[in-house]
Amino acid sequence: MDNHELFIQGSRVPDRGPDGDLMTLNMGPQHPSTHGVLRLELLTDGEEVASIRPHIGYLHRCFEKHCEKLTPPQIVPYTDRMDYLASMNNNLGFAVACERMLGLQVPEKVEYLRVVVAELNRIASHLVAIGTCGLDLGALTPYFFCFRDREMILDFFEEICGARLLYNYIWVGGLSHDFPEGMDDKILRFCDYFEARIDNELNPLLSFNKIFIGRNAGIGVVSAEQAWAFGLSGPSLRGSGVAFDLRRDDPYSIYDRFQWKVCVGEGLVGQLGDSWDRYWVKVLEMKESLSIIRQALAARPKDGDVREAVPGRVKLPVGELYCRTETPRGELGYYIVSGGGNLPERVKVRAPAFSNLCIIDEISRGALISDVVAILGSLDIVLGEIDR
Amino acid sequence: MTELMQTFWFWAPFSAVVIAIVVTVNALLSVYMERKVSAWMQDRLGPMENGPHGILQTVIDAVKLLLKEDIIARGIDRPLFKLAPYIVFGASFAIFAVTPFADGHPAADLNVGIFFALAISAFVVAGIMMAGWSSNNKWSLYGAMRSVAQAVSYEVPISLVVLAVVMVSGSMSMQEICVSQAGGFWNWHGLSLHHNPFLVLGFLIYFIASLAEVNRTPFDLPEAESELVGGYHTEYSGMRFALFFLSEYANMLAVGMLATVLFLGGWQPLHPALGFIPGPLWLFGKAYGFVLLQMWIRMTLPRLRVDQLMHVCWKVLVPAAMGVLVLGGLWELLIG
Repeated sequence: MDNHELFIQGSRVPDRGPDGDLMTLNMGPQHPSTHGVLRLELLTDGEEVASIRPHIGYLHRCFEKHCEKLTPPQIVPYTDRMDYLASMNNNLGFAVACERMLGLQVPEKVEYLRVVVAELNRIASHLVAIGTCGLDLGALTPYFFCFRDREMILDFFEEICGARLLYNYIWVGGLSHDFPEGMDDKILRFCDYFEARIDNELNPLLSFNKIFIGRNAGIGVVSAEQAWAFGLSGPSLRGSGVAFDLRRDDPYSIYDRFQWKVCVGEGLVGQLGDSWDRYWVKVLEMKESLSIIRQALAARPKDGDVREAVPGRVKLPVGELYCRTETPRGELGYYIVSGGGNLPERVKVRAPAFSNLCIIDEISRGALISDVVAILGSLDIVLGEIDR
Repeated sequence: MTELMQTFWFWAPFSAVVIAIVVTVNALLSVYMERKVSAWMQDRLGPMENGPHGILQTVIDAVKLLLKEDIIARGIDRPLFKLAPYIVFGASFAIFAVTPFADGHPAADLNVGIFFALAISAFVVAGIMMAGWSSNNKWSLYGAMRSVAQAVSYEVPISLVVLAVVMVSGSMSMQEICVSQAGGFWNWHGLSLHHNPFLVLGFLIYFIASLAEVNRTPFDLPEAESELVGGYHTEYSGMRFALFFLSEYANMLAVGMLATVLFLGGWQPLHPALGFIPGPLWLFGKAYGFVLLQMWIRMTLPRLRVDQLMHVCWKVLVPAAMGVLVLGGLWELLIG
């Protein structure tokens, strides 16, 4: 039995295996590049990685158990805390799921505002992913530029709902607050500003930096078949050239009303489905999100109460439902079972980052330790969502 | 008395004090500079709270490091662990001893000065290896191994280029090398296209290789914090860590000074008419120009991977440096 088999079976692996050249290396949970409290157990041969075993659960908060003891409006703030970089999208997914169960029609205005905040949050989340992806490879400045621009989006959210990270903004049947006066203009100005920033600052400084390409191109290649087989979704799936986006392919809310395209990796600088493609899809998606925001703001009704359709008491009818939405990380699914009472009987979450992380062992074998950092950065995981 | 004043032993203690002050002040200055320069490049303010424009921030940080608990974890090889910072610091300190700050004023004008500087800077590697090995930490070990591989590799192109300069100057004494570039910036080795164009290429090679020698981006693999946590000094804290830190900034200045001496005329003024400005100002001015350049590069570029690093060294820089040496020598023989 060689070292690798021992490792897979979970037995304790000695520092020096029988052939004397494999070493276990513990990466995390306090490692700067594991994006939270993820622990990776690496089996290394020099700097080369023989296999990886992720250990998760450091951030487990019993989300699904909590849901069994809370009414749906009370669950919404808990969804904030899953993917804390994209709380709006998490709220939206849960609200849509509950509304489908209830058969509730929300006002037009609410739908448009939801799309605006969800897409803004997608940009904010992608900015963190892009910035940290560069930071992991030693590019310090793009990280600060990304966070500077993300800060502006967080300022909008603060103005809209008072919170900067955990919003509890999208309620079942409505929104917690209307947009304040002049918000549309501010967001439109940001769109113009930010589009120029992507083209003039981010792309020359990071995306097409020769060293950055050299670090990411051809690294962690995921074929389209592999991506489907491992259940990847979001930019990680589209990076492999699969044009699959739930906003288009299983439309929810009002996404079918906008003109935009699903961005896929094309193997522009390396192989199709490498780390750079996964990175590049995020950059392209930010531009598409800007376009959706512009269309939504132009078409949105100005009048109406955003709490109009919010039910006084949310009582989910007997039955079960799986509702999936596209968060910045991929397919976020809520599977809700209700017995007709005030509390749902079961809420199961299909977290995109969890499935995306699963592939890390498969694509990291034979890579260097430095590549693992690059691959992890391009997979863009959030431990709050993986551990729940 | 005059005879005594000309001896090395008379001047050595004074020079040591001067160098100690230079190294310490340099660290405070460079850290502040790095913070401010990076802040300006990244749309930030940098330190602003302590003193006007945060000028006291690095002083306070130094005091913090001095007062911090010195942790030596269990399982650490104590003698090696304690010795390592001193070796690293001592080695980077010693480079300044042979650097001529002004005309006729090096601490020790060795006739093999540049050779001494290269040899002693190679000594840093030993200290780093000791630190990485004794820490009993796999990340430290990875950092140390990378550092050794990198520093040893990059010494090859540096030595070859330095050899070309020595050949053109006709001396290994750093003072002599400075003197040989007298008469204005067009006579500096790094800029003298008409004297020996290959040395200009050599200047470029030296600069790139020196970034690797002092572990600066894009060659900062040994202490790549996003990969190796803290590299070889992961387990160090307090003053022992500060010594590594100090020597890192001393090394940045040291390679800047060596580049200045070898390629930019050392303490020689830009133009003979500007000779009234004292030599040390010229030397430090040019050397800090290099430090600034190093910071600029750090804020702009990501880091290379280990194999790419070695590729740059052995397949690009070493052949190019070899070419500089051979062709520069031929040029000197036939045309110069």
